[in-house]
Amino acid sequence: MTVKLDELVDERQVLICCGSGGVGKTTTAAVLALEGARRGRNTCVVTIDPARRLADALGLEELTNQPTEIDRERWVGTDEHDVVPGGHLHALMLDTKSTFDKLVTRNATTDEQAQRILHNTFYRNVSGALGGTQEYMAMEKLHELYDEGGFDLIVVDTPPTRHALDFLEAPKRLTRLLDNRVFRLLMMPTRAYLKVASVAVQTFLRTVARVVGSEVIEDVVQFFRAFEGMEEGFRARAQAVDRLLGDPNTAFVLITSPRRDALEEATYFADQLDAAGQSVQALIVNRVHPSFGEESAAGLRATAAALRNDPGEPAHHLATLYDNLADFRDVATLERAHLDGLRESLGEGAAVAFVPYLAHDVYDFRALHEVARLLFATMPDQ
Amino acid sequence: MEVADFCSASHVVIVAGKGGVGKTTVTAALAVAAVRAGRSVLIAEVEGKSGLPAMFGAPRLGYDEIDLEPGIGARFLTPDAALVDYLVSHGMKRISKRLVASGALEVVATAVPGMKDILVLGKVKSIEESRAADLIIVDAPAAGHAITFLLSARGLLDAVRVGPVHKQAQDVVSLISDPARCQVLLVTLPEETPVSEVIETAFAIEDKAGVALGPVVINGCFARVPAGIGTTSAAVLDDARACHRFVSEREAADLAHAIAFREERHQLQHAQIDRLRAELPLPQIELPFVFSPDITRTQLDELATALTEGIERL
Repeated sequence: MTVKLDELVDERQVLICCGSGGVGKTTTAAVLALEGARRGRNTCVVTIDPARRLADALGLEELTNQPTEIDRERWVGTDEHDVVPGGHLHALMLDTKSTFDKLVTRNATTDEQAQRILHNTFYRNVSGALGGTQEYMAMEKLHELYDEGGFDLIVVDTPPTRHALDFLEAPKRLTRLLDNRVFRLLMMPTRAYLKVASVAVQTFLRTVARVVGSEVIEDVVQFFRAFEGMEEGFRARAQAVDRLLGDPNTAFVLITSPRRDALEEATYFADQLDAAGQSVQALIVNRVHPSFGEESAAGLRATAAALRNDPGEPAHHLATLYDNLADFRDVATLERAHLDGLRESLGEGAAVAFVPYLAHDVYDFRALHEVARLLFATMPDQ
Repeated sequence: MEVADFCSASHVVIVAGKGGVGKTTVTAALAVAAVRAGRSVLIAEVEGKSGLPAMFGAPRLGYDEIDLEPGIGARFLTPDAALVDYLVSHGMKRISKRLVASGALEVVATAVPGMKDILVLGKVKSIEESRAADLIIVDAPAAGHAITFLLSARGLLDAVRVGPVHKQAQDVVSLISDPARCQVLLVTLPEETPVSEVIETAFAIEDKAGVALGPVVINGCFARVPAGIGTTSAAVLDDARACHRFVSEREAADLAHAIAFREERHQLQHAQIDRLRAELPLPQIELPFVFSPDITRTQLDELATALTEGIERL
């Protein structure tokens, strides 16, 4: 039974938009949230690094960790009669560092412990946008909004990563770091352990220090010591996020363009999600070229050549027109062939929707409405 | 400027831009253009899973260099392997094994932001010094990451004050801030958001990282519709009548649709290209739109020719 895009926006609580960079992920997330609000749901879109004009349209001048409601007049648009009453639209631009700070503060047993961590150099590096922290915090924010925000629908944009697992596994990463064998040993309070560990650990630390200097080691050791006793909280949180991602009310929406590189990444993404026990419920393909009729490119090119080379009366203008049509037919045919390949690997269950190549970039509500209309009206044209 | 001179102007060219603008395509086309001009090329990939080898019909890249075709070598520089390489060549073989095997590199890399970038760029530097090829092209990570990638060396100089990593960072800074050794080739698309982003990236790279910028490559440009060709069905039918050919109404509609689409795209693109010229004082090279979602050797040839012409006009 194929899922419909309408169904996802009407019924699910969490939509996670994933895909590679440059395929219109953030815009699509905004469109889905707008559509949810239009259908009467209390909606929030979590964006990550949106293009400035889109951010402005959403009323996001800077990073905000609290969802900001967008004035109804701004998002309703011109077709108010089409809007179900009761909907609200909120937006938030992820602030990775302060999300992480909040997570630390909440899990710390004392205020002193929290401060020690927040001021640690290693922590400050980790909490910047490095090493999957952005993904981790996107998922953390999602969970927080889900728990406390009172939203009917949360749409999350994800950072452009090559590996779907980066955000699926992000919450587990810190706990894995905290579980690292060497550092566990380092923090073992019991003398017996120290005795066993000390030689190996000391040698090891000296080794690392030779490569990056001892200050770094000192920071790391301090960091792990400061975390003592907080692992459980983090582990529990990671599990909760995991459960939320696997919840039947959560859906993964894969966004792509029909270019081969983007599609290859999308296929790879879908496979990884599948391997992680998740499935893609919807595929949204942006920037699809029109089909430009049905004739074969080869036939059109032959006509062009005949027109151009006619010894009696060459028809150069017409030949150019036929060649041009052949070029666009090539694009359209290959795009559709590649898309079929991806649909096959997604299986029957996923909703598929297309957004045609638009003349203008999408950065205001008028354009977001236009995309929403196209998305929720399009039937696969093949 | 001749392509050969372009290649000798700086031995390392870092190709950077937002995701999806065709960095890898430009990397490959530049390699083909350089080989045609008689230069040998080594392409360094820094993110896995690139479409580069497929364009040449070659298998996946590994850390060791493979030939994509005569004169074009390629390798995938992973931080782990680059670190081991470095330590081994500096008499620290034993350490290197332990660092990687224990997973400590992961921890240290988290502890020291930019550590991985510096290991990769350090490897690029040692390849440059060994003169492994006339031109080394680095297919950089996507824009935001490209800035971090290039800034990492300076940042690291503060964070790590001693040892081999510090030395490595110093060497990398001196490589990337020397225009005679290294330049950045920015790639963008003639569309609103990519143009805005490339302008921001350009200023960030020049101001913060102090890296010299080469020309901006604008990918996917639609050619102007030749003068005298109508873009409506009626005009197409008139045209057919004038040269005594029959074109059905339906076919005329398709022909008109396609040519009007191209004309509209061309106009929109030109407005963006003009804006880019006004806001970013860098020479521009336009590459044609490739009418195929696949880039294979055939398309690369076409793009290499356009790139050569663009470089010659600089």
